[in-house]
Amino acid sequence: MPKTTTSNSAPSTAPAHTLAPKTKKWRVVDYVTTAVLGIAVGLVFWVLALSWKILELAFQAFPPSIGLIAGLWVLAGPLAGAIIRKPGAALLCELIAAIVEAVLGSHFGAAVLLSGLVQGLGAELVFAAFGYKRFTLWITALAGMLAAAFMAVSENIMYNAEWQFGFQTVYAVCAIVSGLVISGIGAWYAHRAIARTGALSSFASGRLR
Amino acid sequence: MGLPITAREYSWTHADRDAPAVGPLDLEITAGERVLVLGRSGAGKSTLLHALAGVLPDESGEATGELLVGNAPPDPRRGGSGLVLQDPESQVIFSRVGDDVAFGMENLGLPAEVIESRIPGSLAALGLDLPLDHPTAALSGGQKQRLALAGIHAMSPEVIILDEPTANIDPDSAAEVRDSVLSVQTAASATMVIVEHRAGLWLDHVDRVIVLGPHGLLAQGPPKRIFSDRSLSEALIDCGIWMPHGSETTSGGGLSPTAEAAICSSPGDGRGDVLLRAAGLAVGRPRAKAPVAAGIDLAVRAGEAVGIVGPNGAGKSTTALTLAGLLPEFAGRVTAEAALRGESKHARPFAWPSALLAPRIGMVFQEPAHQFLTSGVAAELSLGPRLAGWSDAEVDDRVVQLLDVLGLQVLAEAHPQSLSGGEKRRLSVAAMLAPRPQVLIVDEPTFGQDALTWAGLVELFVDALDRGSAVVAVSHDHAFLDAIGARRVDLGAFSTSSTARAGAGERGE
Amino acid sequence: MEDPGQLIPVVRSTALVRCNPLTKITMALILMIGALLSIDVVSAGVVLAFSLLGLPATGLDLAATIRRLWFLPAGALLAAWGTAILAEKTGEVVIDFGPLLMTSDSLAAAAAIFVRVLALAIPLIVLVSTIDPRDLADALIQHLRLPEVVVISVLAASRLLGLLVSEWQVLAMARRARGVAGGSLVRRTRSLFGAVFVLLVVSIRRATTLAMAMEGRAFGRSGRTWRRRSSFAVRDVAAVVHSLVVCGTAIGAAHVLGVWNPIIG
Repeated sequence: MPKTTTSNSAPSTAPAHTLAPKTKKWRVVDYVTTAVLGIAVGLVFWVLALSWKILELAFQAFPPSIGLIAGLWVLAGPLAGAIIRKPGAALLCELIAAIVEAVLGSHFGAAVLLSGLVQGLGAELVFAAFGYKRFTLWITALAGMLAAAFMAVSENIMYNAEWQFGFQTVYAVCAIVSGLVISGIGAWYAHRAIARTGALSSFASGRLR
Repeated sequence: MGLPITAREYSWTHADRDAPAVGPLDLEITAGERVLVLGRSGAGKSTLLHALAGVLPDESGEATGELLVGNAPPDPRRGGSGLVLQDPESQVIFSRVGDDVAFGMENLGLPAEVIESRIPGSLAALGLDLPLDHPTAALSGGQKQRLALAGIHAMSPEVIILDEPTANIDPDSAAEVRDSVLSVQTAASATMVIVEHRAGLWLDHVDRVIVLGPHGLLAQGPPKRIFSDRSLSEALIDCGIWMPHGSETTSGGGLSPTAEAAICSSPGDGRGDVLLRAAGLAVGRPRAKAPVAAGIDLAVRAGEAVGIVGPNGAGKSTTALTLAGLLPEFAGRVTAEAALRGESKHARPFAWPSALLAPRIGMVFQEPAHQFLTSGVAAELSLGPRLAGWSDAEVDDRVVQLLDVLGLQVLAEAHPQSLSGGEKRRLSVAAMLAPRPQVLIVDEPTFGQDALTWAGLVELFVDALDRGSAVVAVSHDHAFLDAIGARRVDLGAFSTSSTARAGAGERGE
Repeated sequence: MEDPGQLIPVVRSTALVRCNPLTKITMALILMIGALLSIDVVSAGVVLAFSLLGLPATGLDLAATIRRLWFLPAGALLAAWGTAILAEKTGEVVIDFGPLLMTSDSLAAAAAIFVRVLALAIPLIVLVSTIDPRDLADALIQHLRLPEVVVISVLAASRLLGLLVSEWQVLAMARRARGVAGGSLVRRTRSLFGAVFVLLVVSIRRATTLAMAMEGRAFGRSGRTWRRRSSFAVRDVAAVVHSLVVCGTAIGAAHVLGVWNPIIG
């Protein structure tokens, strides 16, 4: 097994669960788990879109406010970044989630692939900016925020093109806040909760201490 | 030809633990030997097998000492080993039977013509008479396990590693899978290492038994010697294995557990009040075109155990869910009689709101992980009684009592999803029993359980029966149904044959 | 034999079903372009009409397709509603309830959005439903030269989608059996997140096991071979030409009828 020094050279004060894996090389289990995460999140998106019709209707009174829950749609990237911790995991996972959503039947059709790419890129850039060395609450939160920002801009171009500029701005601000809270902070705590069940024992992110 | 396996002071420690999961261990397995590994839950049996197969993820822990397969550390990419795991659902790789068998051979880099020519032979060797484009999702659990074995058969491996290959399939199919394993082993004269609780299934077919203890090897030797050694019997019972009774007559189903908890105390028919009644019932999935079973007439009485039996695909799980008020009747009616209904205005359990249903009819699903809702064992046990409106003192008493019965006192704050398979199963049953429902419906509760868990489950059910609850159990496990004194309802007799797909999705639904 | 793992079962083998998966994806993308570039009823309408008329050619179980897609018109209506009240308020006023103002132009935009949402969604769903993941893996690796380990890992994992869908239904029943289904919105939301959590845990465990099973069969070794060659035939060319014609007709018709309304510019 190839050994690099990233985990050993990190300051000893950092909790073990925030450290990068021993190697940046992808293992089979990384690919499969990233894919399954994307599939599970895509499925959840699809289910939510169905069972939250009432909620959506409430937002439809003033559609830009849908941004307040739209941050949820970028969950896959930050979640996969925090769990898998390999370069490209956030992007790949968000793309797969988008594909699954499209295949199950989203009213956005193949265009969700483009959305997935853009949103995944947003999350990925943040993890890359930290060199894939540390994975903390705030880095994950930032990933959620940037992903949501990317999403808001692309959605305004692709779907909300008919909206007035003021509405587009409100939508973007709502989306960024909800991305930070739901998909950033939320993803981190979801990851910690999953780690406590022992399901992540094959990953660096599964450390409990 | 098989490869020898050598371990010298080998140990493996999971990242978050201080004590090694396996070893330190010294082991010599000769080429072509067939070895059965036993050990109590948590003794590191699976970890050892994963290490032998070379599939322990790099990042999950640290190894010390030396482990050699042939004369090199285990590496599945050499192509010399084949691995079969416990869960049939997680081992199917492609959606067509032919592609799935081809997977290993493709990885080995065999030419397409060779691959194509070997597939039918491997399927036939495992008794799978299926077209190559047959969808894998339509296979039963036992067929999926045999499909995984066919893939390994085609690779003609030097080492075969099996982690409880028959635990998650019904006892009747277990013997078939065992014979399939043996045919693969013989064909390649491979070294074989297997972990299995159903020791009786294998004893006549292995050369050596290895018993793992908390600190490495506890004992090893030929099966006859290990099982006749009185000084070991305590340790073996502790392993939770199904002890062999006699010899050849026992082929899976006929085994009885080590702990004789089987004291049938439930009264026969006609004593308790009728709680739940099915009349002219047909069951099916929502929006299905045809029922999976029809013409079911059934009365479930207080204190009575009913076993729902029948072949794969007969609609047993669907029937259980319908009786539990979770699926609407396809046709006919499920009615709760006065004793169960209480003051509810609806007679059909399906029409009850969730809060009314849970304290009256409990349902234990096949997969315990699916029904945990909280992040602690104690919280899981207190949820039901609390929702049913018990006082704090009553809830606390109940939780303490159940933790005691389960032997999970030390794990009261542990996450339910972090428990071992057996612990999860017992917790899922206890959590449903906690609010003392009058009817408890369970789906294959003993699947994949070792003898200790099995005995613990029987105890829980017998206790519930003694207190006047009714138990309806879907099970292939006749020893279990006998132990709780269940009368049998055979769905095979009702089943509409045209719709009984070949065991499709019987498990996991 | 019908495959219970498929979300919409393929019941007949048609020329389109036998097409290369890359062809099907290309078709979906071409049709998407036809409906994506402009927001108008005509271009989207042409794509949608072609998709619906072509449905029998996909060999899919039509009843199952409708069961799978019933919610799409509902979603499209919501999207249209959003547009109707948010678009630039030009043209005649049709509805005026204080803040709720709809004009003839905003209603026209809403109608266009409604048709467009359907035209964007349906071709992709039906075409992808006819793809066997294994065929797709063959095509992606042999033609597009994508890395094998990634493609096979992802597509093997995709088989779990059907399993997760049925597990999701079980989770809903389990919540009802435990007494936490229904009730207030807060409780519903909490129990929903609980179910999402269980789904994630269960699926990560499955993924870990699947990866082990794959590696246990020598996956990840170099020099992998392929049981089948992925190939193209005349039908693939015909399929792509068909979709190109539809895309061209859609865009052309919108220009000719003077309703072309590009999203950018």
